[in-house]
Amino acid sequence: MATATIAGQEVELNDDGFMTDSDQWSREIAAEIARDAGIDPLTENHWKVIEFCRMDAVEKGTPPGVRRITKNAGVSQKEIYALFPKGPGILAAKISGLTKPKSCI
Amino acid sequence: MADNSNGDGNGGGSAPRKVAIICSKGSLDMAYPGLILANAARMMGIEAVMFFTFWGMDVIHEKRVDKLHTGIVGNPATHMPAMLAGLPGVEGLATKMMKKKIDDLDIPSVRELIEMLDDAGAELYGCQLALDMMDIKEEDLLPQVRDVISAMDFFDKAEGAQTIFI
Repeated sequence: MATATIAGQEVELNDDGFMTDSDQWSREIAAEIARDAGIDPLTENHWKVIEFCRMDAVEKGTPPGVRRITKNAGVSQKEIYALFPKGPGILAAKISGLTKPKSCI
Repeated sequence: MADNSNGDGNGGGSAPRKVAIICSKGSLDMAYPGLILANAARMMGIEAVMFFTFWGMDVIHEKRVDKLHTGIVGNPATHMPAMLAGLPGVEGLATKMMKKKIDDLDIPSVRELIEMLDDAGAELYGCQLALDMMDIKEEDLLPQVRDVISAMDFFDKAEGAQTIFI
């Protein structure tokens, strides 16, 4: 566990670099985490994914896997890999201020 | 714990991470592990190469992929008396039960998982020798199979990868 400053705000991160308190998240933080991962800027489709992930995590109590996102957020499997080329399973959650998803699909 | 904070699945290392998975089995229960592992790898940005050989050819065979069965004979993990497993209809029932469970949990079918893997950028290859041995033609294989290659070609493609044999 560590504290980091992202987009001028102090946030708690776990050992894997995921935010542990999604209430500390903001759109500015999302943009900065995305930039660090080589995604700049966040497009409308990125936001569709992020908004779904955050909403679903509240509803289900756990961050969604990639299949759940592609089935519900209005982006296809091909698109989500183009949006997050370094791994949508990790990056969608990380940028959304959530922890690493437990789902394998 | 490996530093994966950059989200590229590199664990903090410099070279891109890569897995090579050899799928040599053609039963439903042995098809899933390789496909799920490759999918998980792609989800975290790890490159994935899959090499289907011997009985694994059924998994990428257009006419066989939807008809994979669960192997129960000689498998103590089914928790079923050994002599029962070989009776007519028992294996079919086990396959049906497993498919239902897969469906209930919203796990994709093998065919769908292969389509997902291709869309995710995983590379799927068939084995030339197995193709010849089993009288399978290249056009019998699923369109997601990029090529039919030799074992030596596989080692070229698997260079620097963690290799998993299933």
